[in-house]
Amino acid sequence: MSITELHVASPEPVRHHILSVLVENKAGVLARVAGLFSRRGFNIFSLTVAPTDDERFSRITMVVDVESAPLEQIVNQLDKLINVVTISQLAPHEAVERELLLATVAVGPAERSQVIELVGVFGAQVVNVGLARLTVMLAGRPEKLDDFERLLEDYELVELQRSGRVALPKLDRPTGAPAGLPA
Amino acid sequence: MRLTGAQALIKSLEMQGTEVMFGLPGGAILPVYDPIIDSSIRHILVRHEQGAGHMAEGYALATGRPGVAIVTSGPGATNIVTPLANAYMDSTPLVVISGQVATSSIGSDAFQECDITGVTMGITKHNWLVTDPADLPRTVAAAFHVATTGRPGPVLIDVPKDVSQGSMEWYWPESIADLDLPGYNPVTVGDPALIRRAAELLLTAERPVIYAGGGILKAQAYDALLELAERTGIPVVTTLMARGAFPDSHPLCLGMPGMHGNYTAVTAMQRSDLLIALGSRFDDRVTGRVDAFAPEAKVIHVDIDPAELGKVRRPDVGVAGDCRLVIEAMLEALDGLGLGGRGASGSNGNSPAGSAASARPDLAPWWGRIHRWQEDFPYHYEQSDGGAIKPQMVVETLRDLSPVDTVVASGVGQHQMWASQYWRYDYPRTWINSGGAGTMGFSVPAAIGAKVGRPDRTVWAIDGDGCFQMTAQELVTASAEQIPVKVAILNNAYLGMVRQWQEMFYEERYSEVYLSPDLPDYVKWAEAMGCVGLRCESPEEVAPAVEKANAIDDRPVVIDFRTDAFEKVFPMVPAGASNDGIVVHPSQEDRPR
Ligand SMILES: Cc1ncc(C[n+]2csc(CCOP(=O)(O)OP(=O)(O)O)c2C)c(N)n1
Ligand SMILES: [Mg+2]
Repeated sequence: MSITELHVASPEPVRHHILSVLVENKAGVLARVAGLFSRRGFNIFSLTVAPTDDERFSRITMVVDVESAPLEQIVNQLDKLINVVTISQLAPHEAVERELLLATVAVGPAERSQVIELVGVFGAQVVNVGLARLTVMLAGRPEKLDDFERLLEDYELVELQRSGRVALPKLDRPTGAPAGLPA
Repeated sequence: MRLTGAQALIKSLEMQGTEVMFGLPGGAILPVYDPIIDSSIRHILVRHEQGAGHMAEGYALATGRPGVAIVTSGPGATNIVTPLANAYMDSTPLVVISGQVATSSIGSDAFQECDITGVTMGITKHNWLVTDPADLPRTVAAAFHVATTGRPGPVLIDVPKDVSQGSMEWYWPESIADLDLPGYNPVTVGDPALIRRAAELLLTAERPVIYAGGGILKAQAYDALLELAERTGIPVVTTLMARGAFPDSHPLCLGMPGMHGNYTAVTAMQRSDLLIALGSRFDDRVTGRVDAFAPEAKVIHVDIDPAELGKVRRPDVGVAGDCRLVIEAMLEALDGLGLGGRGASGSNGNSPAGSAASARPDLAPWWGRIHRWQEDFPYHYEQSDGGAIKPQMVVETLRDLSPVDTVVASGVGQHQMWASQYWRYDYPRTWINSGGAGTMGFSVPAAIGAKVGRPDRTVWAIDGDGCFQMTAQELVTASAEQIPVKVAILNNAYLGMVRQWQEMFYEERYSEVYLSPDLPDYVKWAEAMGCVGLRCESPEEVAPAVEKANAIDDRPVVIDFRTDAFEKVFPMVPAGASNDGIVVHPSQEDRPR
């Protein structure tokens, strides 16, 4: 996938919704979920899978396009998969979302310091240094990653990868109001 | 007790109460065929695995019990893909066992290897690849549980050869908790608050219609539906999947809605102010153009599958739950609102003063309109003496000369619509057809499966000539196994339904729809398959042939009815059009709507 395609696929705030899906750790589970989405014409912006602390289950975090189908329909169809145990819905404003970005940038002597400066401004990290290339990493809110990615495009991007987001519900503040930053 | 995987598999099927299975052996399933010799389960050897699948479906639809089929790996398994897809569309409980290459060979393109769990993922409710013989009893029990509960559907268990050849210590899961299904909790009981709201809404409607679907049959909700209809006096339409769920001869029954539905059923829904959808799913063949469907109607939608609520049409009250339980709860709620007892039939005479029911609108004006549509636009055809046999006349003759509880299994096409329109379905599970998928070739094997499940009943397959040619070989199975089904071929020498569309929508440009009336020779073919073969070429031969066929009970019978090739199915809502654009029989066109 090219970088521009990544951009096209990056979610607009209003269009996406996050589903945190606990699934049985069984062969073919991911194929069942992916098959359901393609069969029913639901779009996914991103999808991550990881084991949980209970080895019987894995967690799929997916950002779904709620313009392709009503959220309720997506959730109800997903819930019919026998291997899906629970589904938590997270509206973007109720969630703490994080994502990881890795990018390799081709840099001449002049650009090298500019990119390192950008890394500093964003609180990113240089994780690998080559002769004429730098690999940088940024973990943070997806929108922050979007900004960083846009600025990196001024340079010669060799490769860029994003992990897709993971999310947890925001916590209640001790005062009773919903927790704000840091989020 | 040590058992082989194969023995454990067959014993598990016995534990589930399986009385019959339909199948055909091959390499990967060979170990499982050995213990079948000693089993109480009757095995019916089919001639093609598609036949096994449709027989299992016919058995399930006629009895309400899950159908079981067993096939080998690779081509055996892919041959049963169509029945799985068909059962998935029609929510028919089916358990298919397939052989698989040994676990060590999976992924190596071994002989007759096919990733059948991958292929059938989207057309089964769930499927399992068993990798340890010790998992077999639990998997079989889980498969039956999943297939038969919630929204029923087909499941597949793929059993590698080393798993059936391996050994295990026998056990049987004690309870559902032992089935290892942490993500499967189907809803059954509806939300009482929603049910009460539905009951209140029902009492405010001036033009209500009950839109009964296949879910009524799955939930065995026919008695509850009858009581709801009789107590409220609300008319009932029965979809193609629900024919027989409410008696056709009941005065409240308006018949089948949809593309080739009864004018009254279609129009009553269109003009309705409240649709009470019970186990129906707003299929495109029922709604016509969705945004023009029943534009003034509020909707109560009851379905066991929560994903059906709002999938096509947003309900005003959506209740997820088992149809029977929800209707029964609705009847109780109606009691509380003052509409108790039977025989109220739309009048408020016996409702306590001041109750919600006493303020209920009178349905008499609505019934007045309905009765006028029934009088002006009944199903219609014209049989002339000495003319070609009209297919509708064949269906009516079959109906009149066969027992009232005859089971009818149909194929897909014009003959299917006539079989639905012109038979009188007064009993649940007497109509067996392929609704959602529209699978040609369904009827012969489905009729055989139905007859195996209901040997006491007369079973007629009403088939098309095109459909018959797809699965006719299963009549060899029927003869060999002494399953005396009867087949009426409405032989119009055409893929008639396609021909009808080409006539009406493609300016009579007929492309690849002609079949010939006498190639094959159906009588000889029937005889070659061990059946009695009869032929009818003129209207006066129809009744004697049917009587003759009904008198034969020791072998299958096939009648080749040479029917009018040019007859079309009416009414018809053209694909994609609004139901308001329903095309009636030409002789009814001038009548004011
Ligand atoms: C397996 C399959 N192939 C194609 C179709 C499309 N199709 C629907 S009805 C029909 C014609 C059926 O012909 P016949 O069995 O003679 O029935 P008739 O309409 O003439 O009564 C066809 C080809 C189908 N439904 N199923
Ligand atoms: Mg035909």
